[in-house]
This record gives sequence, C-alpha cells and structure tokens, in this order.
Amino acid sequence: MATAISTAPDLAWTKKISSPQELASFRQAILASLDPNAPRIRVCCGTGCKAVGSLDVLEAMKTAVAAAGVDVHVMPEVKRTGCHGFCSRGPLLTLEPQGLFYQRVKSEDTAEIVQKTIIGGEVIPRFLYKPPGSKEAIAKVSDIPFFAKQTKLVLKRVGRIDPFDIRDAIAAGAYEGIAKVLAEMTPQQVIEEIKVSRLRGRGGAGFPTGVKWESCAGQAGRHYVICNGDEGDPGAFMDASVMEGDPHAVLEGMAIAAYAMGSDRGFLYVRMEYPLAVQTLTAAIRQAEDLGLLGQNILGTDFSFRVSVSTGAGAFVCGESSALMSSLEGKVGRPRAKYIRSTEKGFRDSPSNLNNVETYANVPEIILRGGQWYTTYGTERSTGTKVFSLTGNVHNVGLVEVPMGTSLKDIVFGIGGGVPNKKELKAVQTGGPSGGCIPIPSKFIDINVGFGKLAEIGSMMGSGGMIVMDENTCMVEISRYFINFLVEESCGQCTPCREGLTRMREILSRITQGEGREGDIELLEEIGQFTNNFSLCGLGTSAANPVLSTIRYFRDEYEAHIRDKKCPAGVCKPLYYYEIDSEKCTGCGVCRKRCPAAAIEGEKKKPHTIHQELCIKCMECYRNCKFDSIRIM
Amino acid sequence: MPESEATCCQEPEVDFVVLDRIIRDEFGGRREAMIMMMQTIQRRYRYLPEPALYYLSQVLGVPITKIYEVATFYASFSLVPKGKHLLHVCTGTACHLKGSGGMVRHVAAKLGIAPGATTPDMKFTLETVNCLGACAVSPVVVFDDKYYPQATVGQLNEFIEKVNAE
Repeated sequence: MATAISTAPDLAWTKKISSPQELASFRQAILASLDPNAPRIRVCCGTGCKAVGSLDVLEAMKTAVAAAGVDVHVMPEVKRTGCHGFCSRGPLLTLEPQGLFYQRVKSEDTAEIVQKTIIGGEVIPRFLYKPPGSKEAIAKVSDIPFFAKQTKLVLKRVGRIDPFDIRDAIAAGAYEGIAKVLAEMTPQQVIEEIKVSRLRGRGGAGFPTGVKWESCAGQAGRHYVICNGDEGDPGAFMDASVMEGDPHAVLEGMAIAAYAMGSDRGFLYVRMEYPLAVQTLTAAIRQAEDLGLLGQNILGTDFSFRVSVSTGAGAFVCGESSALMSSLEGKVGRPRAKYIRSTEKGFRDSPSNLNNVETYANVPEIILRGGQWYTTYGTERSTGTKVFSLTGNVHNVGLVEVPMGTSLKDIVFGIGGGVPNKKELKAVQTGGPSGGCIPIPSKFIDINVGFGKLAEIGSMMGSGGMIVMDENTCMVEISRYFINFLVEESCGQCTPCREGLTRMREILSRITQGEGREGDIELLEEIGQFTNNFSLCGLGTSAANPVLSTIRYFRDEYEAHIRDKKCPAGVCKPLYYYEIDSEKCTGCGVCRKRCPAAAIEGEKKKPHTIHQELCIKCMECYRNCKFDSIRIM
Repeated sequence: MPESEATCCQEPEVDFVVLDRIIRDEFGGRREAMIMMMQTIQRRYRYLPEPALYYLSQVLGVPITKIYEVATFYASFSLVPKGKHLLHVCTGTACHLKGSGGMVRHVAAKLGIAPGATTPDMKFTLETVNCLGACAVSPVVVFDDKYYPQATVGQLNEFIEKVNAE
C-alpha cells in the first residue's frame, strides 16, 4: 500500500563515529544544537492516524508553519497506536514545550493552530480530549489517565522521535547500550546481565532470553541473529508500532545480541502487511551504517554486524520460529519438529537465535541500567513490562505498556476506559487466535496478567493482543471465527491440526447456522483435546484453545444455540432478528436513512418498523440508534 | 504501489529484461531471495504470470514445482490476474467484532463472487486481509489503496456502483 514518507537525511557524507566514547560527544553536539524551549509539533503518522488522514495534516502543518514564518520543527511522530484510541476522532498532535495534546485535527485547522497556539500561546479547547463521562477537557498529555497509568520502557521513544532521522534517536539515547557493551563488556558479561534481568521472550512462549542466548553462543559455526517481526495475530499491533516508531531500539538490541553470541549477520523478518515498518527499518539501517553504528567495524571496534530486512508473504504460520527460518531461506514456511533446537541448527543449518521485536527492544535499556534494575518491574516470574494492544469494544483503543502483573481491571477500565455505548463487558480475549477468552464479570477481572497466570485460567499471554468483547459478542461465533482463521492458516503438514481444525469448523458453522445437534459440545471437546495434544508445532498445540476456553466458560451459550436455536448476543443470523421497540422509538429516521437494504419504514416522529423479509441483518440500525430502540429477538 | 504495466483485461507481455533486473541485479540471483523476487514480480504485473515463473525457475535452478509450492503456500501470491479495482476488507478480530464478516458476505453476494475472486468483467477483486493494524478505527476497508476507517455497508455499495458505472 502506498505510503508517503518524510525524506531521510543523507548522512553518507558524515564521518563515521570511530569509538564508543565519540558517540557521547556526537550526542552532546546534537543536543546542543537543539533549543529545548523551541516550539515543536509532533504529528502522529502511525497506521491508525494515517488511515484518517494524518499525512495530509502533516503536509498542511508544514505549509502553515512556513507561511507563518515561525521557527518550528515539524516532526512526523510515527506511532501506530499513538492515537491511544482516539484514532476514531482523527489525527493527533502533540505540541512542545507545553506538552499539549490535540486530537481530531484536520488539515484546514493547521493555520489556526500555528497562529493561536504556537505564536499566541493559546490553548484551543475544541481539540482537547475529554475522558468518557467527563465534561472536563484535559490539555496535557501527562494528565490523561490513559498515559498516566502506563510505564513505558519499550515504547519510551515511540511517538517522541522521528523514526526517519537517526539523529533524533541518538539525542534520545539510542545506541548508548551497544557503545557500553563494546567499551566495557565481554560477551559473557552481556549474557549474564540478560540472565540477571530474567527477561522472557515476548513472542508468546516466554522462554528466558539469557538462557537462549547462552545456548546459542555455545554452538560452533557461524551464528545468525534473527528478529521475528511477523506479527500475525489479528488485532495485535505492538511490534508494528515499535518497528515504525523506534526502529533503532530493535536494531540496537539485535546488535547487542550479535555481540553476545559472536554473530556478524542478522535478519529482520517483517510482515508484508506492514509496509511502513519496512520503510522505517530500511531507512534506519542505512543511517546507522552511515554513522558506523551497524555494518563493518561498529564504533571503530573489531565487531561487525550487518542486518537486512526480509518481508513475509502472508502466512500466519511463519511466526513460528522454524517456519520463519525456512521462509527466510526462500522456501515454504512449515514448522519442523524440534528435537534439535534452532539455537543449534536453525537458519542455513547454523546456530540461530530468534527473538521477538519487543524482546530485542528491551535489551538496550537492560544493558544500560543493569539486569537488577529490570527486575524491579513486574513480578517474580515475569519481570519487566509488557506492551498490549488493547482493541475491540473498549473506549481507548491503543497500545498499553504496563508492568507485568498489572490486573486486567486496571488495563481494561483504568487505561482502556471501559466499554463504550453503555454495554456490558462480557469477555477479554488474550493470546491471539490460539489464545483463550476470559469471562468477565467474574473473579478473573482481578487477575494479575503474567505468563503463568493466564495459562492457569486457560488462556495465554501470546504476543500481547488483548481484545475486549461486549455483550453483543457471540462466543460460539467468535470461536468459529478463530478456528476458521486457523484452518486457513494451518500449514497442513500434520493431521491433528489440519483435520481437527477443519472438523471443528464444520461443527461450529453448523451450530451458528442453527443446525447444532446434541453431542456437538462433547465432540468439540474431544477433537479439541486431541488437536492440542498431538499437533507438531506450538501453533497446532494451542489451536483448539478458542473452542475449549469458550466451552469451559460459556457452555450455556453453546447450549442456547443447540437446544433453543437462539443466539443470545444477536450475531448468528439465522438465530435472531431485529425488532423496533415502538415505546422507545422516537421516529428520528436515522435507521431508515442508514439501512442499505431499505428494509425500514416509518413516518417522521412515529415509530418505525423493520420488514423482516428485506432485512440483511447488517447491524447498521442497531449500531446507530441513539435511543436503544432496536432489540435483538 | 509502483506503476503496473498490465491493464486489467489483457495478458501482460512478460519482459525478460525486467525480470533479469529483478532477479539478478536487485537480488543478486540468490535462491534465498526467491520470495522477495516473486513479490517484486507480482507488484509489477499484479499477479504471477506463468512465463515469469518458468524464467525464474530457469535462472535460479529451482524446479518449477518448488516455485509453484511457494506461490500457492503464501496468501499474498496470486496466479490469476487481479481486477482493475481492489477491495480489501480487514477481517482481523477487532474489525470482525464490528461486523466486517457481514460486509464481506454483502459484497460477495452483490458481486456474485467469493472472497479472493475477481468479477468476470475483470473490474473488481474482493479480498480479505487478516489485520491491517488499524484496529482503533475498525472496521477498515481498503479500496484501491486508500484506507476507509469505520467503513459502512453503504460505503461499500458506493464503491460497487462507482465501478459499475465505469
């Protein structure tokens, strides 16, 4: 998909930084050239904001600033979640040095903002954020609960720096970790520091990173350092925002890993659906090489490390480590059995270390501040922070970084702002398609989110997707949705996953179409357990989780579909219909105008009716009725 | 997306000089870069023309069956030409919760084609995509490379009408 980018500065003419010490003076020089009190406008250009036209706003802002003749530095702030759930209300701006937060900004507003806020120092109230249910507008970023309740370690630079300008990243502290490593640490010391931090892989399995590095470093042969940026879980975009917003954190983490394991070659495998991440990473690598922070003789030392970006071609299974390596080799991505670990024989049959984007992004800070410091965040068994992508039926959709062990309630209500449209919260789904649905309201709202806790209640951490579901979500249908996704994405080489999933989809489809039979639930449980027990790879052995967890917690809903032929949530089309409550209907006509099938009739200010034979159940009327008069029957 | 050589209705003439540039110059003829070569070829022709794959097989020394395996394994590759207009409906979880499944069914029924297929007049291709990462503005559709946040069924009808009017 076409994306306009800001031009990256050409640094090829610059002298390479020739020693770790020189990096510090380079940074000081950049900082000295910046006036901390200079006005600065950051335009969020993450995918969410871009979808609502932030690139136009960026251009308009540049033009407006030029026209006004003030000295302002316009930086594209690439933060996919940058919008923090306000994406739906348009592109975002932050204004420094005041720390103002403007939302729903349009191109035509830019001149006014420059005149009033930048030159006049005046806050324009209509751009400010109002929390749900509150009349008080909040002007400053730091006062908005969504931000105030987060702890940003991985995302600390995301949204603050221009990802296309390495000088910005260096000014904010990038590459200090690799400089420290090269100046004063041995590879063993690096591994030891990571072990002390008890950092666990953020891709889903939660394997201790230091242990993995140690076992890879101990192997003979050429070592490869690979980054898994194939964030395939639908509804998850944390890795994307790190790669798009702060590519240098990932590259620096990889370089440190390469030093620790004695590798000189790295690969970043990025999903093709993330064209912006490919652009930011490619630009970042080029600039880092120009400055001698990557490539040959990094910072004037003997250590060399070359990284390149490879793109996937649309296969969920390539997020699995052995499948990813096979895809990197230009082949189909099918997982292999792991009697021999990839750290012994992986990419090109050589020792290969694969970590997730977020894992690498954690590394530089651990090196700088020490492993012990890292353990002060999180819990005993899950240290540090975790980025979650909070989506679905929640007020503040966005990326949320919290210490491990934060309760679900704090995330969904404290930061997420709860469920919109006065609906009831029904479940929280974590762990991507092969994760599980946690029922709420129940005691689970207070559980502390960590690797162990989620597994205990039948879900998993996964890569960090967190999807909030309201009362209008049918759990049978959502489990059919996930299974259908997995059927399409199953690589098909092992029978339990290929056949088990297909059979489960058949049964679930039948149930959602009103043709469920007695015994279906038990059959699903049997097939599910078999699939989970006997599949080859990690994806297969968790593939039945959506079915098993929804049966475990929402069995009555399955029974309503099968026995009563009713879909209580109003999702499975043959099992419900819409009706207009004539008591509540004010005859405003919104539903009539919105209905794409012309199935709604009624006079102005009189109760409307739905012609059932015409209704296509698209939900348009239900979603848009302000008087709650459309009922699910 | 770069300019496409092919228009919708005619089989593109495969240009071997261009293929050479992609295979040998851009990717150094490395077997490992095969997926990326195929992506570049597809970007140019909007699908993978058979002669191009045979040529790739010959240059890389990879059997055509292996190339066919890769072309059919990965969802992004297409062995048939795409229509002039592309509609992607995101069916990621967030979009699904907001009714994107119904949108896909609606368009499919209206055009009489299955998701992934192209209308016989080669005007319209309907595709689903697993997640575009724009979950905050779901449901999202992408019509001819432009994102439409919080898309509605009415909007989809407009696209179809616009294309039919051409």
